[in-house]
Amino acid sequence: MNHFLPASPVAVPLSIAALLAAVNQHIPRRLADALAMAASLWSVIACLWLLMKSSHGLMVYWMGGWAPRNGAAIGISFTIDPLGAGAAAFASFLVFVALVFSAHYFDSVGTIFHVLMLAFLGAMCGFSLTGDIFNLFVFFELMSAAAFALCGYKTEESGPIQGALNFAVTNTIGAFMALSGIGLLYGRTGALNMAQIGKSLGQTHDGLVVAAFVMITCGFLVKAALVPFHFWLADAHAVAPTPVCVLFSGIMVELGLYAVARVYWTMFHGALAQFEAQTRAIFVSLGVLTAIVGALMSFAQRHIKRLLAYSTISHTGLMLVAFAMLAHGALAGLALYVLGHGLLKGALFLSAGILLHHLGSIDELNLRGKGREAIRASGLMLFLALGLSGVPPYGTFLGEALIDSAAEKLHYSWISYIFMFAGIVTAAAVLRVAGRIYFGWGQDLDRSQQDEGETDEGRETSGGQEVPATMFVPTLVLLLLGLGISFIPGLRVKTQAAAMEFMDQGAYQQQVLEHAAPPAYVPPAQESLLPGIIRGIVSTLLALVLAGLVLLPHRLRRGIEGFSGGVSFVLRPLRILHSGHMGDYVAWLTAGVAAIGGLFAYFIH
Amino acid sequence: MNQAASEFLRMLPFLVAAWLFVVGLYGIVTSRHLVHLIMCLVVVQTSTYLLLLGVGYKIGAAAPIFADIPVGTPAVDPVTHALMLTDIVVEATVMALLLALAIQAEERAGSVDPEQLRIMRG
Repeated sequence: MNHFLPASPVAVPLSIAALLAAVNQHIPRRLADALAMAASLWSVIACLWLLMKSSHGLMVYWMGGWAPRNGAAIGISFTIDPLGAGAAAFASFLVFVALVFSAHYFDSVGTIFHVLMLAFLGAMCGFSLTGDIFNLFVFFELMSAAAFALCGYKTEESGPIQGALNFAVTNTIGAFMALSGIGLLYGRTGALNMAQIGKSLGQTHDGLVVAAFVMITCGFLVKAALVPFHFWLADAHAVAPTPVCVLFSGIMVELGLYAVARVYWTMFHGALAQFEAQTRAIFVSLGVLTAIVGALMSFAQRHIKRLLAYSTISHTGLMLVAFAMLAHGALAGLALYVLGHGLLKGALFLSAGILLHHLGSIDELNLRGKGREAIRASGLMLFLALGLSGVPPYGTFLGEALIDSAAEKLHYSWISYIFMFAGIVTAAAVLRVAGRIYFGWGQDLDRSQQDEGETDEGRETSGGQEVPATMFVPTLVLLLLGLGISFIPGLRVKTQAAAMEFMDQGAYQQQVLEHAAPPAYVPPAQESLLPGIIRGIVSTLLALVLAGLVLLPHRLRRGIEGFSGGVSFVLRPLRILHSGHMGDYVAWLTAGVAAIGGLFAYFIH
Repeated sequence: MNQAASEFLRMLPFLVAAWLFVVGLYGIVTSRHLVHLIMCLVVVQTSTYLLLLGVGYKIGAAAPIFADIPVGTPAVDPVTHALMLTDIVVEATVMALLLALAIQAEERAGSVDPEQLRIMRG
């Protein structure tokens, strides 16, 4: 069993995917559904088991038994720790939920959708579990290729094609950058195992190491959609089938950040240790910029999925800020934040999918005043919006509290205002949507806003008067889990211990290369959550106020006209920058890499 | 061969790799045709081939086929070749997918010019 289980979250979905591809169209749709769900459920169980096992120390699994000799690793390993296994388990769970939700989707085609979903799942699991940098790249590309195909799945429309092209080109460039960095590292160290590379690099931080660090980090940050690499994300989310958006926002984007954290702490931590303050400053600025741009752009949208996509960009900015603290408390907070955010954002996308199924539109202004019909379909949106602002007891609140208290110790306590700002604006955007759709508040469709690109999308299902249980139940489950994770006893302590294990480069090397026994990690005493609770409640109230202001009837708006004028003054140029032109996106990407590389080169030499 | 020339030869693959990466990006940014754009992406990719091969190459070493060379002969690093082959396989998939999308763009949107494919703006 021990030889099969660690690889099974990758092997089982990929095998089932191959099987389904082979029998495409020759088996009943329901059987394909069942097989795909079973495979994803297997991955959930296997990853949870790995999570439990690895909480007492790393699990190192050498493919084909090629274990290291005399401290030199030649084989390819899965190096499993609780955070990696947790990410894989969460990815598998979201795939399962998405498969249940899509039971009413795409009646016409064979099993292609299932095949792509399972390949995507296998790649995400492998990506989370691997301990080999080239393996990481291969899973990254497999994950990307499956994601591109899923994004452009609705080939009969023009939007998905354009969105998928933008997504594929930018992410492939990111992958090439990461690969070049990996090539440079291999040239320096002659190793591909991350523990081995970290050991060989030691404390050296010459130009080559810094260049490799910047290229690998930027490559993965493209996937994590940080400003200015973020343009593809909104396009991809606006056009991808709704169940796929759940995976994109809920876990794929976060995995980009996971990879940055993983390579930093396994390979570069020793080399960059004396530049921690500079590294922190660079990543914090990038994250803050992303959080603000994402929140503003989110507020400016009327296409609901696009709005949620920009909200995801804003939240990944916050996640990068949390990573940038380079402290175990913040990393534990980050892990919980990813979990809480993924559940909420997944449920929000599912709600949008239900609206599209039920009412045939996801344009906020088109749907204005659909009233009771819409509430019955997706009234949960109201509750989900509150979670984005981090009100207790949503999981996001718990993560935010941990990040804030870690930041305070590093004299970065001001970032809690950035968390509040992003939370308030993104929550208010969703609340505004809810108010307009359910209660018909706010202005009616303004014909002058017609020239703003894609605002709506075609149905993905055959539609219907009833909302099927396979759509409603997954949404509700995600919402309840998003609320419930805060109440899991000991979750905070265990996540902190896992974060300490994740960050311990020395112990990682010894366990992988020398079969050393794992050290025991004792997390510090837990701090009071009271300041976090107060902040969460204040943010939520402010989000309600902001949404209310926007939805005021015309004659009451006079008093705030200056305010809204100022907002559009900022938003107009920002929206023009999001030109939808692939060349522009790549130019921004290049400029971003040059800027980040320049900053690192300046600080480290 | 004198010192400077051999140093230049050692650096040459890396210089060319950097040049290919940048010139490929320039092509993507300025492209007016999707097929051209995807080929520019392939140019960026060839830069990674060259980088990997350059990393594994040793001047004067034999090919890493150990059947008919004496034990102890210096050989170039076969691992980088394996990496490059994997890279080719993975990216062939991605490029095929991209070209398929380009065909669909022509069919659905009636254009393969990125300037015309901008409904995703704002």
